[in-house]
Amino acid sequence: MLCQICNKNDATIHLTEIADGVRAEMHICEHCALEQGIAVKSQIPLNELLSSLLAVQPTDEELFGPSEKGAACPHCGFTLAQFRKEAVLGCPYDYEVFEKPLLNLIKKAHNGKTTHCGKVPSKTSTGTKEQIKLIVLRQQLEDALRSENYERAAKLRDEIKKSQN
Amino acid sequence: MKLTDLSSDINEWFSGSGPLADIVISSRIRLARNLAGYKFLNRCKTAEKAEILKKLRDVLMSLDLGDKVFYISVDKAPVLNRHLLVERHLISRQHAFGKGPRGAVIAQREFFTAMINEEDHLRIQVIRGGLQLSKCAEQINHIDDMIEKKVSYAFSPRYGYLTACPTNLGTAIRVSVMLHLPALKITGQIEKFFNAARDMNLAVRGLFGEGTEAAGDFYQISNQITLGISEADIIDQFKNAVIPEIVEYENAARNQLLSKQIDVLDDKISRAMALLRNAHLISSQEALFLLSHLRLGLNMRDQMGASTPAIDTLCTLSQNDIAADKSRGLSIETINRLFMLTLPAHLQLNYGKPLDATHRDVLRAKIIRSALNQET
Repeated sequence: MLCQICNKNDATIHLTEIADGVRAEMHICEHCALEQGIAVKSQIPLNELLSSLLAVQPTDEELFGPSEKGAACPHCGFTLAQFRKEAVLGCPYDYEVFEKPLLNLIKKAHNGKTTHCGKVPSKTSTGTKEQIKLIVLRQQLEDALRSENYERAAKLRDEIKKSQN
Repeated sequence: MKLTDLSSDINEWFSGSGPLADIVISSRIRLARNLAGYKFLNRCKTAEKAEILKKLRDVLMSLDLGDKVFYISVDKAPVLNRHLLVERHLISRQHAFGKGPRGAVIAQREFFTAMINEEDHLRIQVIRGGLQLSKCAEQINHIDDMIEKKVSYAFSPRYGYLTACPTNLGTAIRVSVMLHLPALKITGQIEKFFNAARDMNLAVRGLFGEGTEAAGDFYQISNQITLGISEADIIDQFKNAVIPEIVEYENAARNQLLSKQIDVLDDKISRAMALLRNAHLISSQEALFLLSHLRLGLNMRDQMGASTPAIDTLCTLSQNDIAADKSRGLSIETINRLFMLTLPAHLQLNYGKPLDATHRDVLRAKIIRSALNQET
């Protein structure tokens, strides 16, 4: 089959992405892969290939939004442009500073999930623990409503009311 | 404690004990943590890195882990020593050859390692032989709690444990199982395994974390998603769904070899025996490849009572030199030992000095020959 980008060469690289139950396929030639900035090594694991594809495709604008482009973290001076290059952040505060632009990335990396529901350090004050519980309950309520499980949603709403008192 | 105390024998968890140890080599759980009030390592200047290193080193060395611990200054260690630590799965390649002040705290029995200043300030791991994820979890949680009594972690209620890379957010846990899947490879079904892993959002790596062509038919499978799911759920998925499914695939492939492709099986094992017992030069890659087939034969005998001409011959080989128990026929433990002791850094550290590639290949072949031959 022919490359879907240039329609000239044979497609030798076949990529499949499964996200949210939707399957998308892409068939391209090595030349276009290079053009797209995808480094194709013969031994690269497929999931790494997919991650680099995901990482390369959207532009800075699409991924991060126009308003955030020049922003720098007041604590460590880190910018999104640097994150693009190095794939790691500068300090924990960056998660707040760049919350909106990072949200998309986090959703993609963690199958749509954006809320922690695992272990919590024992040192957090009771206030924070309660806050976490509420965040989790609210997320579960959202999920229940989305899947039209109204009985569960009602139960969760009650629990949230209780926790807030 | 010197590193040669480590290099002369295999780690406990590689010795072939533990549940499902014929296919599941080891279970590992790693947690990533960063100290509150510090920048991530990417933005730290050397002084800040050194401060973090000292702080965490002091805390870790003061813990009661039920075992002696020692500290290695990774940035100052000789290159060969760093390679050894990587070969023993105690530190990552990234840690061995990274930049800046960094260290590792290692328990003598090697079930626990802490990397300080790798990608995050702290990465702690517990490894056990066979499928023992629950025990790993119990241990690593306990150690995490002990550390947390003495430091404050960077944590947000929304995103959980804050890591340098957003792909590690939340639980910041990496559950990893190392598997030996020679039959799936021989029967051409290894793709099935890759696809299953991919569909479950799992990463598959080779023996030392790279490439799809796994050396020695060893594969490491680990979770990629760390946020929005609890540690317990991730571990449950592995224990109850992922690993049993893969073990089933491999066992089915082994049965297939016995019932439908016995000549292929016998040929692989015979060739492995012939080459390993006679070659005078053998590369690490080739040794792993061939030893894998011997391991398959021995395990098939042990687990399935398999009896084929090649397996029968294999089981009559006695063992020498490096075997722990010389009175038995060739054991899986000896093969496991050969897997590790013939790796490049192990070879050279045990020999006592660096060797070039050719001399390593000669020494490797010698060690294997004497372990597998009847002569004393």
